[in-house]
Amino acid sequence: MTIPRIVGAGLIVIGVGVGIGKIGGQAMEAIARQPEAYGKIQTAMLIAAALIEGIGFAALFATTELDG
Amino acid sequence: MEKLIEEFSLGLFFWQSLLFVGLVLLLRKFAWKPILDSVNEREDGIKDALAAAEDAKKEMQNVTADSENLLKEARAEREAMLKEAREIKDKLIADSKEQAKVEGDKMIKQAQAAIESEKKAAVADIKSQVANLSVDIAEKVIKEQLSDKSKQLKLVDDLLGDIKLN
Amino acid sequence: MLKNKSQNAFFFLGYYRTFAAIFREPKNGVLRPIFLSDMRKPFLSQFLFVAALFLSMSAFAIAEESKDDEGGKDLKTEITDYIDHHLKDSHDFSLFSIKQDDGTKKHIGFPLPVILWDDGLKVFSSSKFHHGEAVAEVDGNHYKLYHSKIYKTDAAGTINYDEKHHATNAKPLDFSITKGVVMIFITGLLMFLLFRGLAKSYAKNGSIPKGVGRFFEPIVLYIRDDIAIANIGEKRYKKYMPFLLTVFFFIWFLNMFGLTPLGVNVTGNISVTVALAIVTFLLTNLTGTKDYWKHLFDPLGDSMPWFGKLPLYVILIPIEILGIFIKPFSLLIRLYANMQAGHIVVMSLIGLMFIFKSWIGSPLSFGLAFAISLIEILVALLQAYIFTMLSALYFGFASEEHDHAEAH
Repeated sequence: MTIPRIVGAGLIVIGVGVGIGKIGGQAMEAIARQPEAYGKIQTAMLIAAALIEGIGFAALFATTELDG
Repeated sequence: MEKLIEEFSLGLFFWQSLLFVGLVLLLRKFAWKPILDSVNEREDGIKDALAAAEDAKKEMQNVTADSENLLKEARAEREAMLKEAREIKDKLIADSKEQAKVEGDKMIKQAQAAIESEKKAAVADIKSQVANLSVDIAEKVIKEQLSDKSKQLKLVDDLLGDIKLN
Repeated sequence: MLKNKSQNAFFFLGYYRTFAAIFREPKNGVLRPIFLSDMRKPFLSQFLFVAALFLSMSAFAIAEESKDDEGGKDLKTEITDYIDHHLKDSHDFSLFSIKQDDGTKKHIGFPLPVILWDDGLKVFSSSKFHHGEAVAEVDGNHYKLYHSKIYKTDAAGTINYDEKHHATNAKPLDFSITKGVVMIFITGLLMFLLFRGLAKSYAKNGSIPKGVGRFFEPIVLYIRDDIAIANIGEKRYKKYMPFLLTVFFFIWFLNMFGLTPLGVNVTGNISVTVALAIVTFLLTNLTGTKDYWKHLFDPLGDSMPWFGKLPLYVILIPIEILGIFIKPFSLLIRLYANMQAGHIVVMSLIGLMFIFKSWIGSPLSFGLAFAISLIEILVALLQAYIFTMLSALYFGFASEEHDHAEAH
């Protein structure tokens, strides 16, 4: 059961990485376009990233901690 | 999840809650409140100082504007006064000129009238004198002429002859 | 050559140990002289220096630990056990242990008081456990440490297991002053002294901070302006400020302590994060305005007649209510998981250094561990920031007063 779990964890990390990377990239773009809105964009970015991260952690726990 | 619950330790939770809440309350009283208060105070101070500087600047501008206005007013007043004076002067000159002219005219007229009347009187006087003289002369002439009969006749003839000629 | 090879991993350690000695000297106080007092030096070099210190110290500790009994277990299990042990709270404050000539371990550190509630209060020193090796006997009851938890046993210290290898012995209520509690206390004391000093320096210097305060004042202002005011609003942010400031510095300091070789993992402990999240939860809901509750139970407001809302609310209201609990739950899981994961990664990489024991592998894992340590220093700050930021956001939701119905 270990290998499927590790693969699952890897998939989760890929998904979360893509998600947070996209948020970060888009935020950069937005900041480049509107440098004066830096603060607001950063806040929104962090919140979105934090939410995705939270779900990612929940999923990671599910893969590693659930007894199967 | 099961591992998480197993890992949960009531003792640590209890101490953490207790110490943390205590820390929040303690810091609120002894640290955060004085820190935030003095920071706010400082910021208010800076804001006030800026406002005061702005006010002072405005005041300064007002003062400058005021003095400028005053200067302008004074200048305008001076101008007006000068203008008025000039006008008065002109008017005075014009008036006196006019008056002089009128007076002169009047005097001339009077003089003319006087001259006329004098002339008339003189003419009348001359006329009457001429008339008297001529009457006297005529009287004398006639007297002399009429002393002699022949001459009288001759005059009559002459006169008659004149009439004929006419 | 072979001799060189085996000692290779310790080369760096020896080098950093000189700094470590400076660092450990008690008269230097807690970290302050090294990384907070002199901000004129280039930030990056100091940052790297501190990171190097933290890393080397942890590596040192692990090295000492894993060297001990090579006879019994193999190195891998040893390291895994060490990491596992490190991640957990412990009943004594051990810095490191060394192997004595007669083969027994000598633990350097000090015992902490154990407070148990087991039909009456039982208080004794954790030295009675002998680091889990002995059964402590108090008032006729026997207790034994097993995986950093106290179980009630018989005189011989037998522990019964179920089929999943979980101990089934009775667990007395444990209110011990553990390593984590000590660190919480130390952090609290440090914060109190630090910020009391800052507050006092204002009074003394006419509203200008002095010394360490110069470093912390901008952070306090940042939290006020960009976290509290930005998320809660100019009008109501004031009553949340004590909590936000305390929680930020508390988490940050504890995270930073976690990176030191003191080997504490306080913010990576679920009990601590639960306690923090519960405070956020209580503050959010106890200070909630009428609009907040109206928004919870009547999210659509007057935009629909009641019979239209009813079927929607069957789904919506449970979700909203669930949301109240999910918000703090995500807070606690995020902090816990981030710190836990950071510790596991750093310590595993350091452990790899001793597993590889080769010219390529060890420096490579050392470099990796170093890089991760640098990231961990940033993560320590970031997690404190995120926790504070999201708490402020939730407070902002709770204290909003304008009509929010049209936004949905």
